[in-house]
Amino acid sequence: MVEHLHSDGEEPCVTLDAFLNQSNATAVRLESDEDARALIPYLDRLKLIEVAFPKFRDGRGYSSARILREAGYAGELRAQGDVLVDQIAYMKRCGFDSFAPEKPLDPADVEAALTRWPEHYQTAADGAVPIWKLRHG
Amino acid sequence: MYKYDEYDHAMVAARVAEFSDQVRRRLAGEITEDQFKPLRLMNGLYLQLHAYMLRVAVPYGTLDSRQMRMLAHIARKYDRDYGHFTTRQNIQYNWIKLEDAPAILEDLASVEMHAIQTSGNCIRNISSDQWAGAAADEITDPRPWAELLRQWSSFHPEFSYLPRKFKIAVIAADEDRAAMRLHDIGIQIVEKDGQHGAAFYVGGGMGRTPMIAPLIKDFVPLEDMLSYAEACLRVYNRYGRRDNIYKARIKILIHELGADEYRRQVEEEWAHVKSLGIDPPKAEFDRIAAQFAPPALDASAPDEIDRSDPDFAVWVDQNVAKHKMPGHAIVNISLKPVGGIPGDASSAQIDLMADLAEKYSHDELRVTHAQNIVLPHVRKADLYAIWQALDAAGLATPNLDLISDIIACPGLDYCSLANARSIPVAQKIAARFSDLGRQKELGELKLKISGCINACGHHHAGHIGILGVDRKGTENYQLLLGGSGAEDVSLGTITGPGFDEDGIVDAIERVTDKYLAERAEGERFVDTYRRVGMAPFKEAIYG
Repeated sequence: MVEHLHSDGEEPCVTLDAFLNQSNATAVRLESDEDARALIPYLDRLKLIEVAFPKFRDGRGYSSARILREAGYAGELRAQGDVLVDQIAYMKRCGFDSFAPEKPLDPADVEAALTRWPEHYQTAADGAVPIWKLRHG
Repeated sequence: MYKYDEYDHAMVAARVAEFSDQVRRRLAGEITEDQFKPLRLMNGLYLQLHAYMLRVAVPYGTLDSRQMRMLAHIARKYDRDYGHFTTRQNIQYNWIKLEDAPAILEDLASVEMHAIQTSGNCIRNISSDQWAGAAADEITDPRPWAELLRQWSSFHPEFSYLPRKFKIAVIAADEDRAAMRLHDIGIQIVEKDGQHGAAFYVGGGMGRTPMIAPLIKDFVPLEDMLSYAEACLRVYNRYGRRDNIYKARIKILIHELGADEYRRQVEEEWAHVKSLGIDPPKAEFDRIAAQFAPPALDASAPDEIDRSDPDFAVWVDQNVAKHKMPGHAIVNISLKPVGGIPGDASSAQIDLMADLAEKYSHDELRVTHAQNIVLPHVRKADLYAIWQALDAAGLATPNLDLISDIIACPGLDYCSLANARSIPVAQKIAARFSDLGRQKELGELKLKISGCINACGHHHAGHIGILGVDRKGTENYQLLLGGSGAEDVSLGTITGPGFDEDGIVDAIERVTDKYLAERAEGERFVDTYRRVGMAPFKEAIYG
């Protein structure tokens, strides 16, 4: 089970602008039109990056997540907003490890979605071994 | 032909299970139509005017007889006994019930087929040259690369919620039979210093803002093809417009940035992406390529054709193309009989074409973007028997690339987006020019009809294009001249005020009469148009 339930006690996320202008914050929120690469110099002190999905059709957050993971970010990467059960398997592959959907998801549906795919055709940010590598040992 | 291994089977089975579950949740009211829509679209299911339409993927247009028979079976069991072959080398069914969709996808999976990503804002079915592996002018078979791209793009986690749909074509000949430069990415396999590489053309497309793709990189090493594509897509996913559906295709991004700036961003992204281990090793390409090995063709097969039957000879001259192997030929089956619906075939016709492929064409068929079917590997000695069988089934219309070989979208007869009907216009034009001698006199003339500005009927790329619009509540047809989707790619120009349904047919006749009066020796219609320009045609049309 990947979905983390975040506690009330956690540090609130600051905006990207606020983060870049100060700060000792360890949690930042990235809107869908903001450049994930702006965070790259600070990844080792960040504990949480929340990526906004204002609408489920807005797929920019998938690229943001991969860019952050490809740059070595190892902290919590959270998808927040219009996050639907039918998107979370792809989100996980792009490096998200927690989900804060606006509307609660059915846990059984989440479980089914995350265990549905036996393998994957392509390399992504989840460390899964792609099918072409499995084929050739 | 590519055969699924255990992994491919498992992936398609997982998709069928996933979609069955999504349909169940939709029918139970657990998800809204708004939430269901992108899911069904990514499984090829559209809601049209009268019913659901299911679009089945035919990767790079290649099929075997078993798959072709399954397409007939689906038409018979779940639809109204026919299917419609499309400009994406796919087939679609117009009268599908939502509750039948999971069963259809299971039937398809049993013959290594699916409807994955035939719609939605994701990477669509990869298209290619319908003569791949048979054409005398190709430098290699492009389909192994198309298959590699198919697997890479299937369920791509980063690129399934793009700003808009994304179409990729791969060819490997200078003659472009796939409208390559009218794709979001067009790839041509080229040769340089004895090495093959991929030329990437990015940002082409039709729709309401047609654009010809500029060359973004002239030679990508083939082992880097996927990472380069990934870089192209990532720049688009991040920066493509999402504020306006009509400006969301990659062509608009590249137009607004300029090709040079887009290229710079892709190069920067590629420098990073290339290091991520996205490109499979050569062993994987070799595994795929081995499955596209040329069929065992008899190089000593007789090269002569007995032309004593004159009707047969007419068909051979028009519909049979040169194969790379002596004694063999490529058969093009026209799905454009006079009075028919372009691209439609009945279950019985689909079965017959499957039988002919199995018996005479090394079990292979192709779907073309011009909505016809190809038997790619036929012995010349078998042509007469094939023609007789086709003729008996109404499939021997000898009109390949002539004025009645019309591309037409489904139009207002089916489509909820259309402004005007396309099919009756196509039928009237075919009837007006039904005399074959007259068609042959006009020579190669590619006529393409769209029932709205979304341009599914490729009207921008027609030597003669027709665009149906809604004008104060009545159907009106604009006429375009001078487009091409081939290697001489160009976009058509509107002649002037539009016409009603009969008026457009008259206007086309005036245009073709003018061509016959103006043409120089050896000129096709489009050559004459390019030489003399619009003015003489405009004069002929409007007086």
